[in-house]
This record gives sequence, C-alpha cells and structure tokens, in this order.
Amino acid sequence: MKVTVNISLKEGVLDPQGRAVERSLASIGFTEASNVRIGKQITLDVDAEDTARAHQRAARMCEQILANTVIEDYEITIEEDQ
Amino acid sequence: MRVAVVIFPGSNCDRDMMVAIERITGRRPQMVWHKETGLDAADLVIVPGGFSFGDYLRCGALAARSPIMEAVLDHASRGGAILGVCNGFQILLETGLLPGTLVKNKGLKFICRSTNLQVQETISSPFTSGLEAGSQLAIPVAHNEGNYFADEDTLASLRDNGQIALTYVNGPAFGPSNPNGSAHDIAGILSPNGRIMGMMPHPERAADPDIGNSDGLIFLKNAVEMVAA
Repeated sequence: MKVTVNISLKEGVLDPQGRAVERSLASIGFTEASNVRIGKQITLDVDAEDTARAHQRAARMCEQILANTVIEDYEITIEEDQ
Repeated sequence: MRVAVVIFPGSNCDRDMMVAIERITGRRPQMVWHKETGLDAADLVIVPGGFSFGDYLRCGALAARSPIMEAVLDHASRGGAILGVCNGFQILLETGLLPGTLVKNKGLKFICRSTNLQVQETISSPFTSGLEAGSQLAIPVAHNEGNYFADEDTLASLRDNGQIALTYVNGPAFGPSNPNGSAHDIAGILSPNGRIMGMMPHPERAADPDIGNSDGLIFLKNAVEMVAA
C-alpha cells in the first residue's frame, strides 16, 4: 500500500523558515499570503494485509522516528494498491 | 576513569574530543563506531558533534536509532554519565534521554562563533558540581539547529528542578548573547538525575591553550574529575 505521511509543525511552534518565505512572498507582491508554515511529506510502500494494519504500522513509524512529536504533528493517508 | 566517544557516519568532532580527553586523562578514550553494541564499562560516554547521517530527516534522528544507542541507553539506566555536544545533544534529545528539542536558529543562519556561558545553580551533577554557579566560560558554538524548544511545562520543570546547566549571557564574545533564540537562553541542560548533560557549545574546540582559549578544557576536566570522584 502507498502510505503518505504529512508532517507539520505543531501550532505555537515558531517556523522561522515559513516566516522568511512569507516575507519573500510579500516582497514579490503576494501580500495576501500569511501564516506560511513549512512541513514535509514522506511517501512509502508498506506491505500490509489491510489498510487498518498499514495505518497502525505507519502511526508507529511516526511515533518512533518519522516525526518528532515534541514539535511536529503527523497525518497519514493510505492508498490501496491497484 | 574510562571514557568512550561514540562515532556515527558524519560525526566530525570525535577526534577533537579524543585529543581533549587524552590531554586530561593521559589515556586515549575508547572510540566506538555506531554499529558496535557494547561500551566496555565506560564511566563517561561522550556523544560528539558533527552531522550524523547528514542531518537527514531531523538532526540526530537517525543516529538516535543506531545499534550503539541501545548500549548508551543501558549505560544511562545504570546511572552512567553521558555528555552530548552539539549534534550529540540533538541525538540525546532524539533518544528521549533529555527533554525538548532543538529547532532551527532564530536568524536562520548557521552560527559559528564564541559565546559567553554562565554556569547555573543546578541539582547535583558531575558536569556542574566543581564549577562555581554564576561563573562564566567562553566556549564556541557551531550550529544551524541550536534553538532549544520545549513546552512551557517542560521549561518550568527544567528551571524548578535545577536542570538548566548553562545559559548564554552577555560578555566579551562578539554578537548578541543568545545566538539562536533558545528558550530561557538555554545552552545546556541536565537529566533529572544530573548524570546526563547535553550542550550546544563545543568545549573540545576551546581545549588547547595554543588557540588562546581553554575554557572548554576547564569544563571537560571538571566533568572527568567529578565523574571519576
């Protein structure tokens, strides 16, 4: 199964990178942009019998290594193989 | 007194640390590759700085899951002393041996310069007990992710339990006292039992009188002596 993990900074954690990008956006005219936050996306194939199991394994991967839950949230989406 | 220095692919302060420790103890520390699983009864384990695993995923994240870290965790559970410097600090945070995390410097730049550090009043710890609270040390930093972050409850407990060991303060070093935006100006913290310390500044880079500053040697010498005591 195709697993996608979206990792984002928790609310309240400063994102200096996002702020720098926000300033650059404004400087080229995109003044309507605010609250720019930068995260990351990890995609992986997981060998599992069903989506529930794949989700459970992916969540453990997030807790143990993929995300730093002190500052990051994660969101898992799963797509069954065709 | 046995000291072990752990090396990961991408560590780059391991040799400087080895030289500094040898200068203090007269013995070369055990240099342990991350794939090894034992620590030969070391009294003090040092996790040095560098860019372990290229800082992939997050600084220290992959190193924290290396085989040798099982032995480091065992050493910690027996009350063994551990010092993590810079990337080594990031690795100890990623293992959960110390609370909080280190995020990107507030100014988004890699910072490489000397900083003034103040020794804080702490719980009993080999890393601070021989140093006078309030005294200062000038030790350089070199990092991109040295901005200490933890939630308010964690910061309050660090403060109330005396686990903040070193803070950035004003002094002769050039530039703003807090180089990276660290909460409470934190440069180094201790575990609840005082046996584990993580710090961003590099004592091994100020450990040779020939380079004009040996404050780092003062810090390391004290730690080695107190762990041995």
